[in-house]
Amino acid sequence: MSKARTEIFARLKSVLDLKQDQSTRVQNAEQRIGAAAPNLIPARGLSEGLTQAIMFEEEAKFAQAEVRKLANLEAVSDIVRDTCQEAQTTALKVAPHPELQAMDWHSLNVEFGPGAGSDLVGLSRAYAGVAETGTLVMVSGPTSPSTLNFLPDVHIVVIHTEDIVANYEQVWAKLRQDAGADKPVMPRTVNWITGPSRTADIEQTLLLGAHGPRKLIILLIDAKNP
Amino acid sequence: MSNPIPSGHEPQCHDFQAGAKKALDNKVLQALLERTLKSGFQQRRLNAKARLPEYDQLRDQARDLKNHVLDNLDVYLQRFETELTKAGGFVHWAKDAAHAREIILKICQDVGAKTVSKGKSMIGEEIALNDFLDANGVVPIETDLGEYIIQLRHELPSHIIAPAFHLSKEQVGETFKEHHTHLNAERDLSEPSVLLGEARAQLRDKFLRADVGITGANILIAETGTAMIVTNEGNGDLTQSLPPVHIALTSIEKVVPTLEDATLILRLLARTATGQEQTVYNTFFTGPKRQGDLDGPQAFHMVLLDNGRTELLASEFRDVLRCIRCGACINHCPVYAVTSGHAYGWVYPGPIGSVLSPHFVGLDEAHVLPSASTLCGRCEEVCPVHIPLPDLLRHWRTRGFAAKKSSKMQRVGLWLWAQLAKRPGLYHAVMGLGVSGLKLMGGNRGAFKTLLGAGGWTKTRDLPTPQGGTFQARYRKGER
Repeated sequence: MSKARTEIFARLKSVLDLKQDQSTRVQNAEQRIGAAAPNLIPARGLSEGLTQAIMFEEEAKFAQAEVRKLANLEAVSDIVRDTCQEAQTTALKVAPHPELQAMDWHSLNVEFGPGAGSDLVGLSRAYAGVAETGTLVMVSGPTSPSTLNFLPDVHIVVIHTEDIVANYEQVWAKLRQDAGADKPVMPRTVNWITGPSRTADIEQTLLLGAHGPRKLIILLIDAKNP
Repeated sequence: MSNPIPSGHEPQCHDFQAGAKKALDNKVLQALLERTLKSGFQQRRLNAKARLPEYDQLRDQARDLKNHVLDNLDVYLQRFETELTKAGGFVHWAKDAAHAREIILKICQDVGAKTVSKGKSMIGEEIALNDFLDANGVVPIETDLGEYIIQLRHELPSHIIAPAFHLSKEQVGETFKEHHTHLNAERDLSEPSVLLGEARAQLRDKFLRADVGITGANILIAETGTAMIVTNEGNGDLTQSLPPVHIALTSIEKVVPTLEDATLILRLLARTATGQEQTVYNTFFTGPKRQGDLDGPQAFHMVLLDNGRTELLASEFRDVLRCIRCGACINHCPVYAVTSGHAYGWVYPGPIGSVLSPHFVGLDEAHVLPSASTLCGRCEEVCPVHIPLPDLLRHWRTRGFAAKKSSKMQRVGLWLWAQLAKRPGLYHAVMGLGVSGLKLMGGNRGAFKTLLGAGGWTKTRDLPTPQGGTFQARYRKGER
């Protein structure tokens, strides 16, 4: 234990003890963490059924993302090819997710793996989408490199409508459920992404594409309601 | 305060009046402030608020959450430390600025780091990290566009979320021409998009080569040992994923119990700060890279800074520890709106700065800042966690008066005023005399252009001649 740590905690204890003893504080904390109760969820975060995907799309567009609805995964590779053509490249960086690996990538130089500084177009698959603000949720792992969310000039993300939830709290619930009892709830990195990268640091002028992607294209796969 | 400030970073808070005058005389700056504050930050916050009917309820909950955290701070910090350690991260406790600088330098030296990329961090500014690293052979590169610009110019941030708020695009262009000397000196930099493109190209390579990445952390989550940052550019997010070592630096009051509690703050932060529904990137990181991960740092260090916050917790300034650094109080302050940030003389400007600076740099240096306010109350009105900033400014004024920090003339004046104010009879008599005297002197003139002893007033405006008696006298006579 470092000296600074001992000092900081001793000072904290001496101040906080005045109001409540430490055992009460421990109880308070355990209770709050154990309950993991949501705070107020605004009405816009309580959409249900079909409206979830509609709201997700509207909000993502409001944040200047491009959203395209597809009936199934078949059309994905053609759209990606068109995007590469527009970006004047045949190079494509893809997250090594089985669903993306299984696609037909003819006529493109595809590489599966993390992002690189020279990537022009990148393709990933989202873990979830949050309707209330049109936010994509990406989690790091063997099929999902975090750097690919930031390095390409154009970032294309595949998301299935069944992975869209109403609010952020449902994402935490999903992560807790996926982790089960013995794995950590949080992967190393969780990225919420709402629209393409931007800055207003020069005279408050909004400019897209600061360090992250200039363009964010969301491919929304809606098998049930094409 | 045991907070050794490195040379070149001496605060200039005592010089607020000179700084304010300089700002008022700066036409470029005045035009920028006029153009960007009201239609920008203020209007956008209002728009976001209008789209979220529950905004005020969320503010009440956020205040209660932060109060709960402050009442139980030690146990949440312990839980955070336990969870992060379990996830393979290292936790370092720093008692003050100098200690935090030493810890960070040692981590860099241990891995033989020559360059570090940096995400925007106000704690980094608070401890004056950049120059310290630089002086010790580790080159820091700021990656947030605003921070990068002011790093090139060797300036302090003039706003906590928009560090280069005080600069015009022409000034940014000149700065780039001066520093990016390998590029054509005749190039056209008149468009902000061209400036951004140049900065992006300059920085991309530095991201990829940095030996260590240093970011701040907006929130710590005790439940999972997670820290998180918010950025619009994606710079902090690259800083925390590309270099082999990631150091996150923040202060101890940033912890919350659960992921749900972090969510509450994140529903308010962007809307209040920039008027966005959500910041573009909210990045949550927990320890170093895991087995099977395709990217992420090999090692993760969390530096938790006290720097006198445990003293604030025990003081009448406790409420300021609820601050989530959104900048709304700054955006709505009528004083900041004309002085901009540098007049405040240290890293935190505006109302929040006038409460924090006297604590961090001492009352001797900063006693004028709590008086650099009209106490109009807008800062408190817009604060997402209901910090009573005007009350806290008054507490500093009280402390300053008790410690005799203001000028003798000011203190004698206040003392005289107190003698009057405590004696209503005397007060009414003196006021009545004053009003009649001024009326007599004014005669038929509607207003004084000059008046002996009131030069401070009449220099910039006329003093109207009193009409009739004092308010009290007229009220007693039945005029109402």
